[in-house]
Amino acid sequence: MSCKLRKGKHQNSYMLSLKNFTRICILLAIISWISLLVTDLVILFSDINNINAGISPEIPSLLLNLFLVFVFLFYKYRIGKTDGVDFIAMLWKVFVIGMLTTLVSVGIMAFYYVLGNSQLTQNLLLINFFYHINLGLIAAFLISTFITWKRLILYQKSKKLIRVWQIFEYSLLASVLFNFFQYNIFDPFFNLIFSLLFAMGLILSVNLKWVAYLNFKQKWKSILLLVFVIIYLYYFLNNLIDYSNNHNLITDLVNNVFILALFAFIFLYSIFSLLVILFNLPTSSVFEQKLEEVMNFQRLSQSIQAGQKEDQVYEILLDSAYSAVMADAAWMEFEDKDNEELRVLFRNTNDKEVGTIKNYLAQRKIRNLLDKRLGRKTNAVQLISSLKDARFKSVLLVPLVVQKQKIGSLALLKEVEEGFNREMIDIINTFANQACISIENFRLLAEALENERYKEELKIAKKVQSSLLPKSLYLNDAFEIAAFSEAADEVGGDYYDVYRINDHKFAIMIGDVSGKGTSAAFNMSQMKGVFHSLVQLDLPPDKFLIHANNALSRCLEKTSFITASLFIINTERREVEYVRAGHCPTLYYNSAADTTNFFKNRGLGLGILRNDSFEKYVHVNKFSYSSQDVLLMYTDGITEATNHDGMEYGYENLQLIVKQYHNESPDYIQKKIKDDLYDYSGNQPINDDYTALIIKFK
Amino acid sequence: MIDINSEIEGSYFIIRISGDVDASSSIHLDNAIADAINKQPKYILIDCSDLNYISSAGLGVFMSYLQEFEAKDIELVVFGLSKKVFNVFEILGLDQLLRITETEGQAKKINA
Repeated sequence: MSCKLRKGKHQNSYMLSLKNFTRICILLAIISWISLLVTDLVILFSDINNINAGISPEIPSLLLNLFLVFVFLFYKYRIGKTDGVDFIAMLWKVFVIGMLTTLVSVGIMAFYYVLGNSQLTQNLLLINFFYHINLGLIAAFLISTFITWKRLILYQKSKKLIRVWQIFEYSLLASVLFNFFQYNIFDPFFNLIFSLLFAMGLILSVNLKWVAYLNFKQKWKSILLLVFVIIYLYYFLNNLIDYSNNHNLITDLVNNVFILALFAFIFLYSIFSLLVILFNLPTSSVFEQKLEEVMNFQRLSQSIQAGQKEDQVYEILLDSAYSAVMADAAWMEFEDKDNEELRVLFRNTNDKEVGTIKNYLAQRKIRNLLDKRLGRKTNAVQLISSLKDARFKSVLLVPLVVQKQKIGSLALLKEVEEGFNREMIDIINTFANQACISIENFRLLAEALENERYKEELKIAKKVQSSLLPKSLYLNDAFEIAAFSEAADEVGGDYYDVYRINDHKFAIMIGDVSGKGTSAAFNMSQMKGVFHSLVQLDLPPDKFLIHANNALSRCLEKTSFITASLFIINTERREVEYVRAGHCPTLYYNSAADTTNFFKNRGLGLGILRNDSFEKYVHVNKFSYSSQDVLLMYTDGITEATNHDGMEYGYENLQLIVKQYHNESPDYIQKKIKDDLYDYSGNQPINDDYTALIIKFK
Repeated sequence: MIDINSEIEGSYFIIRISGDVDASSSIHLDNAIADAINKQPKYILIDCSDLNYISSAGLGVFMSYLQEFEAKDIELVVFGLSKKVFNVFEILGLDQLLRITETEGQAKKINA
C-alpha cells in the first residue's frame, strides 16, 4: 500500500516537472519568436531608412534557431509522452493544428483583399509582420506533425529502428545550425544536406505497421485526414515561396534546410501512408473478421467466469457463429437443463421455415447414413447440405455435445449455394466446442457447489443428531454408566438414552433403527420423541413397549422397524425389570456366580406388527442385581462387524471382554470393547452404526 | 452381491435368494416379492439356502409384506436358513411370526 502511494507521488512530481518543462519551452519559443519579429522589423526599418542598426545578420538566424528548437522540444515532450495508441485522435490533432494555421493564413489574405491596393498593403514592415505570424504557425504545424509521424513510425519499434530514427532526428535538429551560413536553396552544399535528410526520411517512411491496426472505418478517416495534411503542405509551401519571391524578407524559410527537410519528410510519409491504407482497404474486412472471431472466442470462453447463465452462452454462440460466417439466418435448439424442455432460438427465420428445413434434412440424413455404411467419406457429425426450392440454399448443422451427450444443435443458413467453406466450418466447430466446454464447466461447477451444500447439510444433521444422544449420563450412588455411539455414515439410526423417573427409578433404553444413514436418523429422532413422551408416564415396561409400538407403527414407513431394549432400574429394591423388542440380547455379568449370559427373553421388533397382536410378543423379565454386576447393551453393528475374511465379530468376543475386565470401570470396559473391535475389523470399514452402553452396579 | 430367481411350481411360488441382502440390494428382494404377490399364488416359499447375510433393511422388506400376505391369504414359508441368518430372524422375533422350516420338502408339506 505504502509502496503504491510512493510510486504515485513520484509519478506525480515527474509529471509536474514535465509539464513545467513544456511550459518553459513554449514560453521561450514565444519570447524567441517575438525577439525575432522585433529584430527583423528593426533591421528592415533601418534598411529602409538607411540607418545602421548595428545588428549582425547572425542574430535573426540565432533567434529563429532558438524558436525552432524550443518548439521542437515542446512538441517532443508533449506529444511524445502521451499514452494511448489512438491513431485517429493523433491524426485529428495534426488536422486541427493545420486547420488553425490555414485559417490564420487565409485571414491575412482576406485582410489584404479587403484593403485592396492601399498604401498599407505595400508596407514592407506589415508584410514582414504577417510573414512572421505565418512562419511561426507553419513551423509549429510542421514540427508537431513530425513528432506525430515519429510516434506512428515507432509504434512497433526495434532497437535498430530506434537507432536509425535517432540519427535522423538529431541530424535534422543539427541542420538548424546550417542557417548561420546564409546559404540559399540553390547552393550545392545546401542540396547535399537536404538530400541526406531526404534519404533518411525515405528509409524511415516504410515503417507503416500502424496501418494494419486500423479498422475499415478508421482507414477511411485516416485517408481523409492525410489528404488534408497533403493539401496543407502544398498550401503552406506555396505560401512561403510566394512570400519569398514577391517580398523583401529578412528571415526567409525557403532557404532553411531544416524546414524544407521537414516538408519533404512529412509529405513523403503522408503519401506512403495514404497509398498503403488505400491498398489495405479491400483486405481490412478480413482482418477485422479474424479479430472479431478471436474476440468472440474469448467471450465464449470467459462467459462463465463472468457469472453468466447457460442461456447467455447459447446466445453468444448463436450470435458469434451467425456473424462469423456471415449467415443469412440461423437457429439453435437446446435442452433446458432445469425443466428438460426443448428451446429454440431464431435469428432472421421462424418456426415454420425451420420446420420445412428440418423435414428436408431428416430425409437427407437417411441418405447420409447410407453413404456412411457404404464407406464413403461423409461427416456424420456435421451436416452440410444444399437445399433446393427454398429461400436458403445451404445449411450447416453442428451438434452441441456436453459430457458426451448431445444437448442441442446449431444451424446456420445461407441464401447462396455451397455457402460454407472449410474455414467457416472449422471456425463454427471451434465456437461450438468452446461453448460446450463453457457449459460443461458451468454444470460441473454447479454440481460441485450442490455437493458442497449437501455436505454442509449433512454436517449440520450430524451435529443435530449428536445432540439427540445424552451428553452426560446420570451420576448416582447406585451404578456407573458409560456409552459410545458411532455412525457408519454422517448420521445413523442408533439410539440410547437414560432417564431418571424419580429418586430411585431409572429408565435406560437402547434402540436400533433398521437401515442406516439419513432415513434411519429421522426414525431415530422419532424414537427419541416416543421415549421421552412415554418415560414420564412411569409405565410398566410392557405397557411402555406396546404404546411405543402403536406410536411408531403410525409413523414409520412400511419397510422400517426399530429394535429396542428397555431397562427400568429400581435402586431402592435393587431390582431391574426389562423388555426386549427384537433387540440384540443384553449381556449380563453376575459377579456372585462369576458368569456371563445373554438375556434371550422373547420379543418382537417395534413396527413389525402394526396391530394389537403385538401385545402377545412382549415378555417382561425381572432380576435382582448385586454390587459389581455388569450390564452390556449394544447394537448389531458390533456383533456383525467383519474382519478381512468376512467373519463376524460375534457374541463370544464380547463375552470374553466382559469376563476379562468386569473388575474395571465401565469407561475402561468401553475402551477395551472399542479397541478389540477395531483390532478385529482391521482396516475393513465398519458399515453399520454401532453403539454400546455399559452399566456397573455399585 | 445378490442373486434372486423366481419359479412357479404348481401352487408354490418359490423365490431363491443367494448372496447378501443389504440396504442397497434389498430393493431386488422387494421387487421379487411384489411380483410374487401379483401372481396370486397360494404359497410363497423363500429359499434362503444360499443367503449369506441379511441386514435390517432386508428384513424390513419381509416385514412390510406380512400384513398383505395375511390379507390376501397367502402362506409364506421361509426355509434353508443358515444358523447365522436364523439367529438374526430369531433375535428380531420373526421366528414367531413366520413359518420357518429347514428344507424345501418340509416347506412344501407344511399345509399338505
